[in-house]
Amino acid sequence: MRQVTTVLISMDSNSLLNGAEEYEELLKSLIDDHNMSDLIQVIETGTYGIYGKGIILQILPDNVYYVINSSNDLLKIFEEHLLKGREVIDLSVDLNKLKFSKAYKKKETRIVLRNIGLIDPSNIEEYIARDGYAALAKALEMKPNEVIQAVKDSGLRGRGGAGFPTGLKWEMTRKSNSEKKYVLCNADEGEPGTFKDRLILEGDPHSILEAMAIAGYVIGSDTGYIYIRGEYYESIKRVQKAIEDAEKFGLLGDNVLGSDFSFKISVRPGAGAYVVGDETALMESLEGKPGRPRMKPPYPTEYGLFGKPTLINNVETLANIPWIILNGAKSFKNYGTEKSPGTKVFSLVGNVMNRGVVELEMGTTLREILYGFGGGVAKGRSLKMIQTGGTAGTFVKPDKLDIPMSYESIKDGVSLGSGAVLVIDDTNCAVDLAKKVAKFYMHESCGKCTPCREGTRMIYKILDDISKGKGKIEQLDQIQKMSERIADTAFCPLGQSINLPLSSIYENFKDEFMAHIAAKECPVGVCEFEKPHIKKVKIKR
Amino acid sequence: MKFTMDKIKQLKVRVEEIKTRKTENGDDLLMALHAAQEIFDNSIPIEAAEAISDALEVKMNRVYELSTFYSMYSTRPRGKHLIRVCESLPCHVVNGKEVIEALENTLDIEVGETTKDGLFTLETTSCLGLCGVGPVMMIDDKAYGNLTSDRVKEIINGYRGEKQ
Ligand SMILES: Cc1cc2nc3c(=O)[nH]c(=O)nc-3n(C[C@H](O)[C@H](O)[C@H](O)COP(=O)(O)O)c2cc1C
Ligand code: SF4
Ligand code: FES
Repeated sequence: MRQVTTVLISMDSNSLLNGAEEYEELLKSLIDDHNMSDLIQVIETGTYGIYGKGIILQILPDNVYYVINSSNDLLKIFEEHLLKGREVIDLSVDLNKLKFSKAYKKKETRIVLRNIGLIDPSNIEEYIARDGYAALAKALEMKPNEVIQAVKDSGLRGRGGAGFPTGLKWEMTRKSNSEKKYVLCNADEGEPGTFKDRLILEGDPHSILEAMAIAGYVIGSDTGYIYIRGEYYESIKRVQKAIEDAEKFGLLGDNVLGSDFSFKISVRPGAGAYVVGDETALMESLEGKPGRPRMKPPYPTEYGLFGKPTLINNVETLANIPWIILNGAKSFKNYGTEKSPGTKVFSLVGNVMNRGVVELEMGTTLREILYGFGGGVAKGRSLKMIQTGGTAGTFVKPDKLDIPMSYESIKDGVSLGSGAVLVIDDTNCAVDLAKKVAKFYMHESCGKCTPCREGTRMIYKILDDISKGKGKIEQLDQIQKMSERIADTAFCPLGQSINLPLSSIYENFKDEFMAHIAAKECPVGVCEFEKPHIKKVKIKR
Repeated sequence: MKFTMDKIKQLKVRVEEIKTRKTENGDDLLMALHAAQEIFDNSIPIEAAEAISDALEVKMNRVYELSTFYSMYSTRPRGKHLIRVCESLPCHVVNGKEVIEALENTLDIEVGETTKDGLFTLETTSCLGLCGVGPVMMIDDKAYGNLTSDRVKEIINGYRGEKQ
């Protein structure tokens, strides 16, 4: 008898929007037409972490990967491979090659993304089969303080941007005296260029639920919330389903795993406001108010959601927890740098050949990320700059490529932030980018304090003028001064962070700013000047 | 007007269901507003705001504050389909600007406007977390990636065809 063949089809958001669902239907109907549904099963899986290439199929037990871009490709694979058992050489790919263009020394280290692409995220049994909820069972046998010690010993720091030591935060929330406490997962991922949290929410939702339950046990809370960005429709659906499944299995709800610990988790959607990613603004929003940041102190560990002590962690931070509990703090510290143990999930975006998400040890250099995993700059162009860490991150020139990425790298002028690595090629204009950054701040300012509300608008106006050839030399100084002043006086980290991206792009590309002002010319030909006699040059890419 | 009354009824049913998921006061408000937007073609008319204010026992000005603070909500009528095109840097550097222009040309409106036939509203948004396949837009809850000017035309025409 023939063994059952399994076709795994990647169903993350990126594949969905490349038509993965239609391909799956086509494949299923082909199988039905040939009366082969007993022999071939089609299973949806998470992402393989590679985007922009088409849909990835994996055929088991042959372990062959295919990239398909049309129904013809799929037909061919069906007729040749599935019917006749012959590999379709021109469509099959070596997954490692696809991801890592060269044989690089450094390999991907999967702690956070340990299950992504390997399990069907909508099937709780597959998660359990890979030691899922074993960390929760183990934690329930431990004393809360032992769990805290393990998290502290691991040296794990928050992956949401601020890098606060996670174990310490857990300890502080545990020590806060209150009948009611909350565990809150920050899944309001809005940092431009970052989509790692979405990947985890959609590709391994149970890892987050498990970590939240562990946190609940440790700090003494029976209620958890996951606040998910409103635009992440698919993530919301999948997490909701995961919660229902976990409740059915007795892994959430009353008397978790038969213990006297009970824990409930609810999902709440956001409604579109970047500032709500800030922890206190998020709490306001969850309480049904406009998402404006609160004054700190008091800190959320004492006075958080609904005025109760609250532990808030980012999705990626939480995804580390079950691994640490199962494998121990010591194993965790085998990865990364001394001050930043573990891994970081980087999102590689922009003008890079292979866009996607990759999990690497802390301390990996930008060069390794860009050339080792990204395959270099797209379309054979040359590298102009990289922005790391998201919109609030620094712009760096290629001379910073060898700086190891970690929480420490900001000392060398490179932000780690959310792990976004935005590759920018030589067809882009520094002034145009700076203007976009300013526009982002202007738009996302919540309006609570004047320096940020008015200042960001004024800076945008000046940059807009410069980009149209209407700028004056002294305005460059003005922008500098204003962004420094906003950094000093703004109420929350959003406003405070505007100085970093703007000053770094200006410092690195002074000449280009000057050209727009003095020569009334955009050296790259991106900005459209309002002067009639200057020819519009559009660069074709 | 009867049309709206039906929709209000629909909203009230949804809000009652949402209330059952409430764990603390106020944590159901945003969900109720999302429901209103779904029922009333992407905006929150005054009747809907009143219904929510009654059902959840919150003041009208709070409902209004929320509907204006968050960018996913609108108190102004929007088109049947809401197009949100990403304008953040990762999409911008891979030809995002041309995609926005193509949308404006194809729809014959500018960002922020609604087509005369009431079919589309075009808005820009910051990163949608789909930068792996940028440039990106969402039409209602469906996302489209790797956009080009031609793809944009095709997609819009697809929606237009649906109407007839
Ligand atoms: C403007 C702003 C936006 C933020 N956006 C996010 C976000 O999208 N996701 C996130 O986890 N943290 C975000 N943060 C950081 C949170 O305030 C908070 O530090 C984090 O959720 C704590 O979790 P962690 O310790 O696990 O990192 C943001 C902060 C600010 C000021
Ligand atoms: S700095 Fe900006 S975002 Fe922060 S509170 Fe002030 S206005 Fe709001
Ligand atoms: S920047 Fe456009 S989706 Fe992220």
